[in-house]
Amino acid sequence: MGLYRDEAVVLRTHKLGEADRIVTLLTREHGQVRAVAKGVRRTMSKFGARLEPAMHVDLQLHTGRSLDIITQAETLHSYGDVLSGDYSKWTMANAVLETAERFTALVEEPALQQFLLVVGALRTLAESAYDPAMVLDAFLIRSLAVGGYAPSFDACSRCGAPGPHKWFSLAGGGSVCGECRPPATATPASETLTLLGNLMEGDWESAVASEARHQREAHGIVAAYLSWHLEHGLRSLPLVERT
Amino acid sequence: MYEGVVQDLIDELGRLPGVGPKSAQRIAFHILQADPVDVRRLVDVLREVKERVRFCSVCGNVAEEDQCRICRDGRRDHTVICVVEESKDVVAIEKTREFRGRYHVLGGAISPIEGIGPDNLRIKELMVRLADSDVTEVILATDPNLEGEATATYLARMLKPLGLRVTRLASGLPVGGDLEYADEVTLGRAFEGRRSFDH
Repeated sequence: MGLYRDEAVVLRTHKLGEADRIVTLLTREHGQVRAVAKGVRRTMSKFGARLEPAMHVDLQLHTGRSLDIITQAETLHSYGDVLSGDYSKWTMANAVLETAERFTALVEEPALQQFLLVVGALRTLAESAYDPAMVLDAFLIRSLAVGGYAPSFDACSRCGAPGPHKWFSLAGGGSVCGECRPPATATPASETLTLLGNLMEGDWESAVASEARHQREAHGIVAAYLSWHLEHGLRSLPLVERT
Repeated sequence: MYEGVVQDLIDELGRLPGVGPKSAQRIAFHILQADPVDVRRLVDVLREVKERVRFCSVCGNVAEEDQCRICRDGRRDHTVICVVEESKDVVAIEKTREFRGRYHVLGGAISPIEGIGPDNLRIKELMVRLADSDVTEVILATDPNLEGEATATYLARMLKPLGLRVTRLASGLPVGGDLEYADEVTLGRAFEGRRSFDH
């Protein structure tokens, strides 16, 4: 492929050798890409802060044998700069980036929807448009949906009986009716399930009007559902600081 | 593959950071051909460094005694503490000869994505240290990357209620560079932290 150009969000960086870094990127057209940024840790590096986590950049890359090489980088939006100035939001941004990394790690093809979700979540967090904790939960649910694990918050996820239902099963894929209910199912408040549905559909007006206790319960359900489906929980999620 | 102990040496050297298989082989053969006295000296230093070096009980820097050289030095300014990520950063700042206070080594930066939270760093030790001391200023000298910045933000939030002066090392343009190559974040910081020529 030689040289190619793509838009990307920096998900994670690892130190490499004296002054280089391996940068994990979620690109618009090439899915997840791991590339080397040479000399990026030097104070005189031409990349500067452009290849830091949560930066939205326009890149030129050169195809390498195992890892690609970043040859040029321009900032599109420096979300990372804004978010690192607010510790609580920074922990949430880390959870967004780690989730995106996990969902796109095994897919060797474009993940446009996931890319758009990450950019949208980082922008909303940086602009403080909504409660950051709800932005994170909305991102996590939608990521699960894009990844093929969309939970049902209304109809029974097993038999399809129209809801709302009282029970929620992590293993069963969401709301379950009394007939299908496996043992050890949770019984969240109906307002919590409505909130989760609103977050998945992007109905912010209704979501914002929800009560704090339902928001907390919704967060617990999202975190548990995500951990269940990702097999290993996210490292960053227990460190998220909800204000 | 080489026989026995030669291959063992190459394998061990290859586990060092930044040493690939070819470099490991080159170093191994250099050791094989070197004067036995030189090799003995290397062996002694390696053993000694593991036996004698520990972490300073006050600041967390590498030390050969209970306290490091800087913490033992009575001439250092006891009212200022400079917080850094690693011992390497202490050496870098000492080289400038600009700072005469004392240090606190965190042992890394907060990185939720790597599972490193505030409890994994020496932040509690810093708070205990500040509780009964005559420190008036804490300088946050974590790395000028976003993880270092987030760590500084967290520390500032913890330290402000103590009524201390909390400062952050300036960010800006490196001396010897061209303005046009500066990235937007660095250039933005340089503008924020611009200084007057009056003093």
